[in-house]
Amino acid sequence: MVIKHLPAIDIQNMGFRYQGSSGVIFSNLNLKVAKGERFGLFGPNGAGKTTLISLMTGLLRADEGHIRLFGHDIGQKHVEVNHLFGFVPQDFSFYQELSPVENMEFFGAWSGLDKQKIRKRTDELLHILGLEEVRDKPVEKFSGGMKRRVNLAIGVIHEPEILFLDEPTVGVDVQTRHAIIDYLLALNKNGTTLIYTSHQLSEAEGLCQQVALMDDGKIIAHNSLNGLLEGYNEDNLEHLFLNLTGKDYRNDV
Amino acid sequence: MFKLGATILKDIRILWRDKVGLSLMLAMPIMLVIVVTNIQNSTFQLVDKNKLPILINRLDTGEASRQLITSINKIGMFKVLQIYGIQNEQSMSDAMHAKDAMLGLIIPANFSSKVAAKANNIAGKALKSFGLEGGTLKPAGDVDPLTLYYNPVLQESLRLSVAGAVRSALQLVESRETLRSLYFSINEKPMPENLENEMLNNQTAIKEIPVSKSGTRIAPNATQHNVPAWTIFAMFFVIMSLGGSVVKEKISGSFIRLKTLPTSYLVAILSKQITFLFVTMVQAVVIFSIGIWLFPLMGLPGLNLPSDLLALVVITIICGWCAVSYAICVGVFSETQEQVNGFGAVSIVILAAIGGLMVPSFAMQGFFRNAANFSPMHWCLEAYYTLFLEGGKLKDILNNIAPLIIITLLLQAATFWGLKRKNLI
Repeated sequence: MVIKHLPAIDIQNMGFRYQGSSGVIFSNLNLKVAKGERFGLFGPNGAGKTTLISLMTGLLRADEGHIRLFGHDIGQKHVEVNHLFGFVPQDFSFYQELSPVENMEFFGAWSGLDKQKIRKRTDELLHILGLEEVRDKPVEKFSGGMKRRVNLAIGVIHEPEILFLDEPTVGVDVQTRHAIIDYLLALNKNGTTLIYTSHQLSEAEGLCQQVALMDDGKIIAHNSLNGLLEGYNEDNLEHLFLNLTGKDYRNDV
Repeated sequence: MFKLGATILKDIRILWRDKVGLSLMLAMPIMLVIVVTNIQNSTFQLVDKNKLPILINRLDTGEASRQLITSINKIGMFKVLQIYGIQNEQSMSDAMHAKDAMLGLIIPANFSSKVAAKANNIAGKALKSFGLEGGTLKPAGDVDPLTLYYNPVLQESLRLSVAGAVRSALQLVESRETLRSLYFSINEKPMPENLENEMLNNQTAIKEIPVSKSGTRIAPNATQHNVPAWTIFAMFFVIMSLGGSVVKEKISGSFIRLKTLPTSYLVAILSKQITFLFVTMVQAVVIFSIGIWLFPLMGLPGLNLPSDLLALVVITIICGWCAVSYAICVGVFSETQEQVNGFGAVSIVILAAIGGLMVPSFAMQGFFRNAANFSPMHWCLEAYYTLFLEGGKLKDILNNIAPLIIITLLLQAATFWGLKRKNLI
C-alpha cells in the first residue's frame, strides 16, 4: 500500500559491505526521494550506483540501517514491497528465446497480474513502444534498441509506483532513446517515481529533476539539477561531474 | 497456480525451441539403446546361434582323438576347423588369426594310446578290486594335457564355459575307453555298439527354466536387459539440458529481474521439475515404443512389457523424479554451464557403472557392491528388472521404491539448502 505522505525512498544510516570483502562500500548513507520525483544517480565507474540500486531493490541486503519504500522496509517486507517497484536492469533481463508477448505473459504472472490484465498491459505497452509488429517473434533476433524496449516494457507491466532504471538507453539509436525518454516522462506524469542511473549526462539533464552525484560509496552532492549547477557555478551536468569527481581513470574491478 | 502454470509454459516453450537440448535428451539415448542392444544381441547370438569357431590341431591320429573331435562337434556351441601338423604356439596363434578362430585346441601326439593305456589301467584296477583278475597291472603314464588357446576378447565366463564343454567331451571319450576296456576284459570281445551308445549317451536331461515371479516363461534377451537399463540412463541424461538450464537462468540477466519480483524462485524450480518430469516420461514412452515396435523390424527381439503396468508407471515416474531432482541439485550448486556439463556427464556415467547398468551389480566385488546402494540408478534398475525379467508386481518393487524416494528427498533437501545458502530463495 502506498502512503502518500511518505517518501518513495527513505534510506537511513545504511551500511553495506560485500561478503568476504574488507572494504566498506557504504557507511552511514542517508537519502530521501519524494514520491513522483525523477531522480538521477550519477557517478564514475565503481562509485557504487549499481550496488545502491541493488540494495534499494532488495537484490542485496544492507548490513546496517534501513531502506524503506513508501514506509515498507525492503529487508523486512520483501515480497509485499516488491509489488511497489519495477526494475529495468542494464543487462537484458528476459528470455531471449521467447517473443515479447511470451516474456510479458511470464513476467506479468510473476508480478502478480491476472491473465486479462497481462493481455491488456501487453497490448498497450507493445503499442506504445513500437513492438506490435514483432510481438510474436523471438527476442534473440531483435536489434539492441528493440531489446531495450522489451526490457523496459517488462519492467513496467505491473504499473509500479517506483521504477528503477539502470542505464536504460545504453547502446541504442537516437530514435529509440527519444522514445524511451518520452515514455518515461509520460509514466512520471502519471505519478511513477523514477530512479535513474546513466553515463549519458546530457540525456539526464532532460529527464531528472533531482540529482545525486556519488563517488567512492558516498553521495558527494544532492540537489535539484538547477540548484547544483548554480551552486557549483557550472553550465552543464558533465562539467559539474568532472569538477566533483576528477578526470582520472576509474578502474572498477 | 497461475504463476506455476505460466512458468511451466515458459519452460516448455524454451525447451521446445532448444533443438540441441531436445536431441541430446531424446536422440542420443535412442541411439545408445539401439547400438548397445544390437551389440549385446550379437553376443547372445554368438553363443546361441553363431557357433564359436575353434581350430583343432590334431597331432594324434588315433581313435580317441577322432572321438574327441566328434564329441566337441556334438556339443553344438563350436564350429570345428581342423588343421594338422602345427607344433608350436606361434604357429597356432598365426593359424587362429588366419582362420578368424576365437579358440584353438591342440590334441597332443599319442593322445589315443595314452588314453587307452589309462583306461586299461583303470579297468584292471576295477577288476582286481572285484577279485576277477589277478594279473599284473601295466603302469599307465599321465595323458599329456590338451592345450586350449583363446582370443583375449572372450569374457571369462564364456571362456570358462568353453573349457567346461571341452572337459565334458574329454570325459566322454575317457569314459568310453574305460568302459570298452572293462567290457573286453570281462567278455573278451568288443562291446556292442548299441550297448555302448545306450550307456554313454543316455544322459539325464537338464530342463532350463527362467524363474519369474509371475510364473511366465519369457527367456531373457538383449532387449529385455538393455531397454530398461538405457531408459534409466536416458532419464538421468536430462542433466545435460536441465542442469544447464538452471545454471543459464542463474547467470542470465533474467534472474536479476526474477529476484525482484514478488514470487519465490521455488516456483521456478517446481516448474522445472514438472516440465522435465514430463520429458523423462516422454523419453521412457519413446524408448519402450522403439523396443516394442522398431526392434523386431531391425531383427532384434521385441520388448515385452511387464504384466503389472501400474507398477511400471509408478517406478518410471519415481525414477524420472529422481533424475530431475539430481539434475536440478547439480544445477543449483554449479556456477557455470561447463561445470554442470562436465560434472553431469561424468557423474551419470559413474552412477550408471556402480548402479549396474554396465556390469551387473551381483558381479561386483567389495566396495563397489556396497557403493551400488548409493546410486539411484541401481534401485531403478533393480525395480525394472523385477518387472521386466522376473514378472514382478508393485509389491515386489516396494523395497526398490523406498530407497529411491529417500535419495530423491535428500536431493530435494540439498537443493533447498543450496538455494537458501546462495540467497536464491
